[in-house]
Amino acid sequence: MPKRPAFYHFLGCIIPHRYPSIEKATRLVFEDLDMDLLDMEGATCCPAPGVFGSFERITWATIAARNLTIAEETGHPITTGCNGCFASLWDANYELKHDEDLREAVNAGLKEIDREFKGTIEVTHYVDALYNTAGLEKMRKRVVRPMKGVRMALHPGCHFMRPKLLKKKEDSERPHILKDISLTTGGEYVPYKDELMCCGAGGAVRTADIKIALDFTKQKFESIQAAGGADMIVTPCPFCELQLDLGQVEIEKHFGVKFEFDVLHISELLALAFGHDPDEFGLDTHLQYMQRKTEPHWEQLGIKR
Amino acid sequence: MTSAEEKPPIVLDEPDREFVEMIKRTGGPNIQSCYQCGTCSGSCPAGARTNFLVRGIIRKALLGMKQECISAPELWYCTTCYTCTDRCPQDVKPTDVIKAIRNIAVQEGYMLQNHQKVAQKVLETGHAVPLDKESWQKLREKVGLEPIPPNASRFPEAIADVVKIAKKTHFDKLVEDKDEDEE
Ligand code: SF4
Ligand code: SF4
Repeated sequence: MPKRPAFYHFLGCIIPHRYPSIEKATRLVFEDLDMDLLDMEGATCCPAPGVFGSFERITWATIAARNLTIAEETGHPITTGCNGCFASLWDANYELKHDEDLREAVNAGLKEIDREFKGTIEVTHYVDALYNTAGLEKMRKRVVRPMKGVRMALHPGCHFMRPKLLKKKEDSERPHILKDISLTTGGEYVPYKDELMCCGAGGAVRTADIKIALDFTKQKFESIQAAGGADMIVTPCPFCELQLDLGQVEIEKHFGVKFEFDVLHISELLALAFGHDPDEFGLDTHLQYMQRKTEPHWEQLGIKR
Repeated sequence: MTSAEEKPPIVLDEPDREFVEMIKRTGGPNIQSCYQCGTCSGSCPAGARTNFLVRGIIRKALLGMKQECISAPELWYCTTCYTCTDRCPQDVKPTDVIKAIRNIAVQEGYMLQNHQKVAQKVLETGHAVPLDKESWQKLREKVGLEPIPPNASRFPEAIADVVKIAKKTHFDKLVEDKDEDEE
């Protein structure tokens, strides 16, 4: 029997500390697809690329490199379900492999904690593991609860695919990977004008001025409505998910406009399609529902309760 | 936006010739390839709703107007979405230029208090968004996970490592609370 693919599971901050349903759903989905997730003991914040990268590049790269060295110990690739963590770890890995000066500065810092960046592993996103390692065919076969008639608006976010010349994954003006994966569930794709626009949270903007960040998000929601609405929004990033999910509560407060979209991480969508009960991973623990004391629109999501 | 108010010409008393070199060293090596086409600003979701003008900041930087660049509050409205970087015909990588200018701004003491707090959280807990309340542990248990994940929330030695790194790069000094009268 061929060996099961194994990944070091980089959790980051938002998934394990605010949206644990994504962590649980991911564990279910990877198991269903015969892929192993290994704990990365003592991993820290990636650290947030737009925040730490904006403050001090060497510190950002050194803390990221420390996380990379945990995986370098045994050589399995890393996988992460967050566009921000992916940006930090992938970019740092790339820059450290190509920039001698940076590598020297970073290794001087790592020396203090008896570590060294060697550049021996690859960094992937869950989406890469799903698309390249498991493959669309395997996912399609695993679907036992087809999302028939469920209209899915997608929010790919930014750092999975940009900058396109460096990441070399897909054309960031016409991305297809998240769409291809989402369509394996049998749902319907809803195109809308601002699909490729940023959610507004990144680059330390959410921390600097939340109202400006929410203004991006509101534009996305209005764009989805202008396209005839959707039954769910699907994203591959927990920070985007937080901004789109909890952001609805905050938009109501700051702008007096109420939206009620259900927002799912791609792992959560797949867990549902693979037949898992939403309680098995706690879909109803999204902060929007906790704060509003509401529940997902089960029927719209194609779930019988 | 036009205004009736008269705009004085830009007089460069003391252009900072070093500024462009600093930006090139700090992560924006291609800044001098900019020919001011405006593709970046035209693509920019931050510029569409605020006074943040990425092309303008690059132009000011090229003119050596360091103070205007690093003290502008709108410098922090870029979400680093990289749309401009993917579209710039000159490979300037405007996002990286903005991040480099932010690095210089922080070095010179321009850091928002909220950002400083996030940085401090990473040094205290290992995470920008920490597991700082029991309710977050409960949330994890509710979805069927162990209350504390196997990251720095469980391994305090990881936090000690981050602190050592920050000491080495002097990042700890950069983000520590400054005396009140300096504000
Ligand atoms: S798109 Fe590139 S060349 Fe054009 S103004 Fe922006 S940075 Fe300069
Ligand atoms: S990366 Fe920043 S400057 Fe460039 S388009 Fe996005 S928000 Fe605008």
